[in-house]
Amino acid sequence: MTPLDDVVSLSRLQFAATAMYHFLFVPLTLGLSWLLVIMESVYVMTGKEIYKDMTRFWGKLFGINFAMGVTTGITLEFQFGTNWAYYSHYVGDIFGTPLAIEGMMAFFLESTFVGLFFFGWNKLSKVQHLGVTFLVAFGSSLSALWILIANGWMNYPVGAEFNYDTMRMELVSIVDVIFNPVAQVKFVHTVAAGYVTASMFVLGISAFYLLKARDIPFALRSFAIAAGFGLASSLSVIVLGDESGYTAGEVNKVKLAAIEAEWETEPAPAGITVVGLPNDAAERTDYAVKIPYVLGLIATRSADKQVTGIKQLKQEHAARIRRGMTAYAALTRLKGGDTSPAARAAFDAVKADLGYGLLLKKYTPNVTDATDEQIRLAVNDTIPKVAPLFWSFRAMVGLGLLFLFIFSSAFYFLVRKRLAKQRWLLRLAVCAIPLPWLAAELGWVVAEYGRQPWTIAGILPTHLSASSLQAGSLYFSLAGFIGFYTLLLVIEMGLMFKFARLGPSSLHTGQYHWEQATPAGHAPAH
Amino acid sequence: MLFDYQTYKIIWWCFVGVLLLGFALTDGFDFGVGMSLPFLGRNDGERRVIINTIGPTWEGNQTWFIAAGGTVFAAWPLVYAAAFSGFYIALMLCLFALFFRPVGFDYRSKLADPRWRNAWDWGLFAGGIVPPLIFGVAFGNLLQGVPFQYDSTMRMEYSGNFFQLLNPFGLLAGLLSVAMLAMHGATFLQQKTDGAIAHRARALAIAAAVVTMALFAAGGVWVAHGIAGYRIAAMPDANTAFMPVAKTVTRATGAWLDNYARWPLTRAFPVAAFAGAALVIVLSLLRRTVAAFLASGLTVAAIILTAGAAMFPFVLPSSLAPGSSLTAWDAVASHKSLAVMFWVVVIMLPIVVSYTGWVYRVVRGKVTLEHIRDNQHTAY
Repeated sequence: MTPLDDVVSLSRLQFAATAMYHFLFVPLTLGLSWLLVIMESVYVMTGKEIYKDMTRFWGKLFGINFAMGVTTGITLEFQFGTNWAYYSHYVGDIFGTPLAIEGMMAFFLESTFVGLFFFGWNKLSKVQHLGVTFLVAFGSSLSALWILIANGWMNYPVGAEFNYDTMRMELVSIVDVIFNPVAQVKFVHTVAAGYVTASMFVLGISAFYLLKARDIPFALRSFAIAAGFGLASSLSVIVLGDESGYTAGEVNKVKLAAIEAEWETEPAPAGITVVGLPNDAAERTDYAVKIPYVLGLIATRSADKQVTGIKQLKQEHAARIRRGMTAYAALTRLKGGDTSPAARAAFDAVKADLGYGLLLKKYTPNVTDATDEQIRLAVNDTIPKVAPLFWSFRAMVGLGLLFLFIFSSAFYFLVRKRLAKQRWLLRLAVCAIPLPWLAAELGWVVAEYGRQPWTIAGILPTHLSASSLQAGSLYFSLAGFIGFYTLLLVIEMGLMFKFARLGPSSLHTGQYHWEQATPAGHAPAH
Repeated sequence: MLFDYQTYKIIWWCFVGVLLLGFALTDGFDFGVGMSLPFLGRNDGERRVIINTIGPTWEGNQTWFIAAGGTVFAAWPLVYAAAFSGFYIALMLCLFALFFRPVGFDYRSKLADPRWRNAWDWGLFAGGIVPPLIFGVAFGNLLQGVPFQYDSTMRMEYSGNFFQLLNPFGLLAGLLSVAMLAMHGATFLQQKTDGAIAHRARALAIAAAVVTMALFAAGGVWVAHGIAGYRIAAMPDANTAFMPVAKTVTRATGAWLDNYARWPLTRAFPVAAFAGAALVIVLSLLRRTVAAFLASGLTVAAIILTAGAAMFPFVLPSSLAPGSSLTAWDAVASHKSLAVMFWVVVIMLPIVVSYTGWVYRVVRGKVTLEHIRDNQHTAY
């Protein structure tokens, strides 16, 4: 029995909500940990106390954020089992491995040493403490690597094969899974986006102090480190864009075609549609503004490879669905007990398209008796709605360019020592603090919504992946997650604002603004 | 590959056991400290002392839970899928309770308002008591079997609900889990603090050890005479890959004692559990606090191993269709995955244990009220 539609929708909603909440905290952890390493390295090399204060103050904000990252991260580790039980059975043999390695290799490192980062200042030598900070940063980026290897595999499932004895996908090559080109590109893009987020966070808050003329030496040094790191990171995010991985694998091609609203296959190199109104029903983009050649160059990194259009992809999918019906029939025969060489050969010939056959399960449980109309519906399912992808992608890219502009201006005026006069830039930096989070969430919408209707591209449809649960349980858990997370997010934001306003005075060293302005002993708490 | 499939299956049963023991032995005392926080700490200073005994290390300890979850996903995907979707509401309650810990530890002392701090203390209490209770109840239900079955495509249907988990034996197991971790937390606090807190922790450790022994004995009698255990009557060659439904399983009262008859050495586990708890009492009275903590660890490990040894090779028995029961033979990943993951554990686990040991060495020593006063703004 396949799960009810509302259980599937609620499970999707819950996964999207919990993952997006989690990703409010991940990028800052990824980037801020490295900024702490940079600040503390300067402290260790120069011995200047101000760099230690910077490490400790930004470390305090890091801690407030990190706690929420851990809180929301626990859920994701278990949610595949709770809500996507069939998925877990079907691909756990491969997908579970990077998650387990992440725990053993990266998360242990990060969370064992994060305690020492806060409590080890008086117990460790300078170099030892820097080592601890480095291991936290290294652990968190390593953690992202393994998670994105798992996620990359969902989008481009290499190194695995279906085993009809156990009715699941099984590992063929762990090397292929680890060095999956899609995963590698995703990793670089995602961590660099995290570095941008943290740089903008430090840049914006430092700009706030500069605008208020408080703790200027502290703010200026923080601003400079954030500008440098942010400039390098925003260049990496743009140059090493995720879409360069979109030529690998069928579903990524669909994603690429959808984010570019590329209905027809154009001769290479294809032009890019800058803006327009994608029209799913008519399969065209109204009011399109196009620049020739550019898309082909960006997406395929070559002048002669084609970007496949949606109409052609649909034709290919129709053929694969029909072969998938044959595969399903052959599998049924094998499961019925006929495991003769002929029956196996018949299945092996078409098993690559079994997943496309499973798409029909949404319309007919027997698959093999699907009508032309049901096949047509399944083909339509293989293309996600174009407009959300088209616009999310454009908003994300636009924001990326804005970040590049902010960081390069910040860097330029800093080097020319004319920063103090550029109040517009300082204000812009403050206003831009939340924008990298928006860009990151949009990026995930493109990546994951664009993967529909699949959980594992071309292998396992989303509607088959869910657990056999009651809708009531889903309402309970969804309400619990949204309730708890929202409450905790409000608390977290409250603390973040409080300590960001307080600035380095919160360290109680007696050196900073609020400690000078108020009589001793009456400084604002912490 | 280094070993044949069957050997890897046995090794993996041991590995999962090691990770669960790592979780119970390390995060176990954090849970114990959390659940006793509002009672052993009578004022803000005392509560901060208690929180700071585990402040620098609880996060690494919790990672055993995450790592065990990921490893079960990779090595026993069927168990991961069936257990967490079957115990859906229970696991959600456990997660909700766990939410309070990371934020509770970090945020509590960042503001001075007593209401704020008091609220977080009860959050940490919930984060300390709910997960052990749920894990215990879940274990109690595993021993009785859980109502699920598979269809021909290996889709699992679960026909129980949350309230059916709260049966008498399940609740007994839940209370045992709470008592044993209360003991573990109290013996930890006893050697990590001094003065009034250590004194109260000692009383709690002794009381919890007595309750642990009583509940453990009651559970043993119940398992022998009350609930039905499971036996594999017939199954395909353990060296091959097969689906759970391919075997035949029978139920019989007392069947969980089969392994103790077959391998008499396993009887050392329940003996060690009683001996460990008795030692906790004696050593606490003698003020041998470090030894008492080690005895507590021995008790916790021995109780878990007692249940594990009784159930082997069963992991998740099915009361609805015993043939669907998940065991170490059929709930496992492919030969290749087990082999790859074997190396991950063999290489990484010693590294993890050594740097964790180093961190504990750095933060060794008692946490005192003076320490909190001197570190007002940096301590939790």
